[in-house]
Amino acid sequence: MDFDLMITSFPKLLGATVVTLKLLSASLFFGLFLGLLFAILRLNKNIFINKFAYGYSYVFRGTPLLVQIFIIYFGLGQIEYLRSTFLWIILKEPYWCAIIAFTLNTGAYTSEILRSAFQTIKPGIIEAGKSLGISNKIIFYKIQIPIAIRQSLPAYGNEIILMMKGTSLASTVTLMDLTGVAKYIISTTFKPIEVFIVAGGIYLFMTFIIHNVVKYLEKKYSFQQ
Amino acid sequence: MELLVFGKTGWGDELFYATLMTIAVSVTAMLIGFIFAVIFTPLKLSKYKSLNLIGNFYTTVIRGVPELLVIYLFFFGGSGAIMYVASIFGYYEYIEINAFVTGSMAIGIISGAYSTEVFRGSIQSIDKGQFEAAKVLGISKFAQFYKIILPQMLRLAIPNLSNVWQITLKDTSLISVTGLVEIMRQSYIAAGSTRDPLFFYSFAAVLYLLLTYVSMKLINKLEVKYSRGY
Repeated sequence: MDFDLMITSFPKLLGATVVTLKLLSASLFFGLFLGLLFAILRLNKNIFINKFAYGYSYVFRGTPLLVQIFIIYFGLGQIEYLRSTFLWIILKEPYWCAIIAFTLNTGAYTSEILRSAFQTIKPGIIEAGKSLGISNKIIFYKIQIPIAIRQSLPAYGNEIILMMKGTSLASTVTLMDLTGVAKYIISTTFKPIEVFIVAGGIYLFMTFIIHNVVKYLEKKYSFQQ
Repeated sequence: MELLVFGKTGWGDELFYATLMTIAVSVTAMLIGFIFAVIFTPLKLSKYKSLNLIGNFYTTVIRGVPELLVIYLFFFGGSGAIMYVASIFGYYEYIEINAFVTGSMAIGIISGAYSTEVFRGSIQSIDKGQFEAAKVLGISKFAQFYKIILPQMLRLAIPNLSNVWQITLKDTSLISVTGLVEIMRQSYIAAGSTRDPLFFYSFAAVLYLLLTYVSMKLINKLEVKYSRGY
């Protein structure tokens, strides 16, 4: 065991954790909106809109995240037309490509989580709202969404942890996130176990925090049955 | 389309063998995962706190750390660890382990953590009365497990194991970083030499979709088989 290496690599890895957290929070933020949008589309009665939303979540859940990042980072740059548009400013940066890929991926999972949450809302609750003369819009925003959020918290907590692990793939498109820096230190020092303990410890610590925050929120938003 | 023909000019045959490699790694990893699950599930369900701790340590660490980091640990640390063990027995030559072995070990350990959780959950959801009834009837522990618990457990476990299979299948794409030529690595090589990454990575996505679709269909059949009588 090389404890000196563990101590000297810790600040470097901690600095890289900031990149990981930035990637995670950006993709979760955009992914939540995307997921909500597609969950609503999934519940739409129009069969084409419905199938489109299903297709989106099926494709992004059925393929590895690595393929998705590679298509966006290496693949889209190949289209000549895209290079001439303003989109190229975003797409030439690996940082934004990673965020786009993560957002699309987490959006697909989130849409499934929210869809099942919307479907478990008892029809009686919506009917009660209607019979009280509340407009459909307010029923949606004030009744359906809060209940859906509470229902989907445990599954969404898992999704946050999965996404945190997913951000490690940013290192494959040259980004120096926690895994990227860990790999760099391993390949220069050839001490994989020490680096794994430190980097893995940081990841585990983040998992622990996320897990407990979600647990706290679950408790806070649960009403007495 | 001419990029996909079989033979020297196209990448069809290469991608076909790469797909077989992906299937081979996934199946091997899944089986290694089962071995780990068979070892760690009893530990997690044990009466003894210390054994529980070992079981929980395994599932928590593996499920809380990115797959890629575990693969790097095995890729860079695997041959070192084997050489260390060999040096105890007086063998000092350089040993290189095959990328297939490293890859399926790494993915297998990850998949094992998820399988352990599935097995634990399905054993715990079997009614306690079943265990007690078996005890009262004087059935041996061995027969109790194979004839009573296992058949009921499989019915509950198969839908969740199908999720583990999907995760494992998708995780094998990460082994491409170690140089094992599976779908992802082959697409990377093809994309590099034809300068057509969009086509090859999209084709890789289609191959993965095909694999997940076909395996879902097969697992659904198993599910029907094991839920006879329900």
